[in-house]
Order: sequence, then structure tokens, then C-alpha cells
Amino acid sequence: MSVRDETPPTRWERARGFVIDLWHVVLRPSSVFGLGVLVLAGFVAGIIFWGGFNTALELTNTEKFCTGCHEMRDNVFAELKTTIHYSNRSGVRASCPDCHVPHNWTDKIARKMQASNEVWGHLFGRIDTPDKFRDHRRELAQHEWARFKANDSLECRNCHSAASMDTTRQSPRAAVAHQRYLFTAEKTCIDCHKGIAHHLPDMRGVPGWQ
Amino acid sequence: MNRQVLLWALAAIFAAAASSALLAQSVSTGLRGATPLNEEGPAAQMTPWRNTAEREKRNYPEQPPVIPHSIEGYQIDLNGNKCLSCHARARTSESQAPMVSITHFMDREGQFLASVSPRRFFCTECHVPQQVTTPPVTNDFVDIDSLLSRTAPGGPR
Repeated sequence: MSVRDETPPTRWERARGFVIDLWHVVLRPSSVFGLGVLVLAGFVAGIIFWGGFNTALELTNTEKFCTGCHEMRDNVFAELKTTIHYSNRSGVRASCPDCHVPHNWTDKIARKMQASNEVWGHLFGRIDTPDKFRDHRRELAQHEWARFKANDSLECRNCHSAASMDTTRQSPRAAVAHQRYLFTAEKTCIDCHKGIAHHLPDMRGVPGWQ
Repeated sequence: MNRQVLLWALAAIFAAAASSALLAQSVSTGLRGATPLNEEGPAAQMTPWRNTAEREKRNYPEQPPVIPHSIEGYQIDLNGNKCLSCHARARTSESQAPMVSITHFMDREGQFLASVSPRRFFCTECHVPQQVTTPPVTNDFVDIDSLLSRTAPGGPR
């Protein structure tokens, strides 16, 4: 017996051994469980993992989650509170994800992946003071305007469809504008309705603004 | 001693009478309503904005025209001016809204600028929307036309 054999395996060696053993178990055909049992277990695990994933995803899609960071709570959420999308006669509220997260699943996942950049921004304090937020406001707003413009204001239209819009119930100005520009698809919602839920950034150079 | 008590009692009665007279007094002005002076009356109902989008008559030529539509949520600050999205010169063909008066392009030396002068930027300093309401205080303003027709000896000319 050599001295080398007597030294106990280090923590690293044990971990490595465990991973290799696990790999063999995964690759080798089962000698204990039947195929049906394995398939069923796979189904059940799939349901649990998929459900868990979507539940976690939905948790990040709530007003409570969005306003968990002071950047959102003290700036954009505070501004939203004075607008009609937060409080109105019929008591319907559009909360953050209704406008800012696509409802379609693939688009939603794409947006959520983009949002990892926002987590980075939060961790490194990109907009953690009112001054910094003001400096970035135009850029951040432009991202959202571009997104709304590109998808033809889809998040607006999830609730406000042109087909169910009764112009006789609108103010004369709104009725004329919608008939001339919305129904003809010449413009989309965001072209005219900027700054309806949050304050506007510096609007110099934005089309239609002075 | 007795005399002093009597005096105090008299003073107390007098004070009570005076204060009750004050309390009972209701100053009924149009703005206050019948609420006694030392009480806070109910808040008046909020009334809707007049939203006809039709021009209203000016009561005198120099009157800043009133805004015949709701301007709720319209931002007018350093960042932007929502009114100018329709009323700016370049926007009027699309919006069919009246253009901001040319006098608003003048600086204080009377020079015309390319667009609305900074001193005329804050529209709501002079132009205000109207609410559908019965004025709590009556107004006996008479416009110049009525005044002229009233004073002319032979009636309206």
C-alpha cells in the first residue's frame, strides 16, 4: 500500500465522481423502472416545471413586482397614478405589463430577455436618482415609442380596438381625428397619444411636437 | 368676594351670548352657501368640461379666447407643450385647429420670432377651458354692443 492511496479524496474529487456517476445513470437504460413509469414521470415533471416556469414568469408580470424597485415606484409609477389609466369612472386599471409587456408568448419571452438589461441597470444604479432618470428619460421613452410604432400600438389595441370604437360617443375633436387618421391607418395610437400615462421627456425634435 | 363672583358670572353670560350670536349668524354669500363661518361646508360637485370644440364668442375684443375643449392631462412645461401639437403653425393643416395668434410670435421688443415666443409659451396663463356649471356668484358684465344700444337715444343704430 502506497501512501498516496491512503489520502482521502478531496471535495473536488468527490464532486467530480458524483457528476460522472450521475452522467452514467442518465445514459444507461433503466433496469428498475418500466418505460411507462418513466414516461408518466416525465409528463408529471414536465407539467410541474412548465407550470412553475410560467407561474414565476407571471409573478414578474404584476404591478407589485414592477413597483418593487424605487426607480419604477418613485418615477413612472408615481406619474401613472394621476392619469386615467390608473383611476377612472369605471374602475378598470391598466397596470404596467398591460402596456409594456407583449401578451403573445414568444414576444413576451423576447421582452423578458431584453428586461435583463434593466436588471443590470438597477444593480449598477443607472437611473437611481431623479437627475439620472431625467438624463435617460428621452432615450427610454424613445425605446417604448419605437416598440409601439413597430407593432402598430398592439398593447393599446389589446383594449382599445378601432372596430369597437363608437365615434358618436367621442368628443367632436376626437371623432374627427380618429376618422381621419386612425380608421384610415394613416397613424397609429402612439403617434398622437404620447405622454398619456407618464410625463413626457424633452420633446424637442419629436415629430408633431414643438 | 361675592361681588367678584357676580362680576365673573355676568362676564361669562355676556361672552356666551355674544359668541352664540356670532355662531348663529350665517353669512350667506354665493360662494360660501349657508354654511356658518366657523364650519366647513360640503365640497362643491365637480362638473364636466365644456367639450363642444366650437369657438365661443369673446366678450370683448381683447379677451383671450377660451378653450372650447377639455385639456385634462395636457402637459405644458419645459419638456413640451401639448397645445402646440395642434395649434402650432406647422400643425394646423393636419389638426384643423386655429393657429396660435401671430402676436404670440413677438418678443418684448416687437420682433417676430420663428415660432411662439417663450413669454407666450404657457397657454393656460390666459386661455382656460370652461366648465358646465351655474356660477355661484352672479356677474353683471355687459358687453360693449349691448351698452351702446342701451345708451343710444334712438335705440340701436
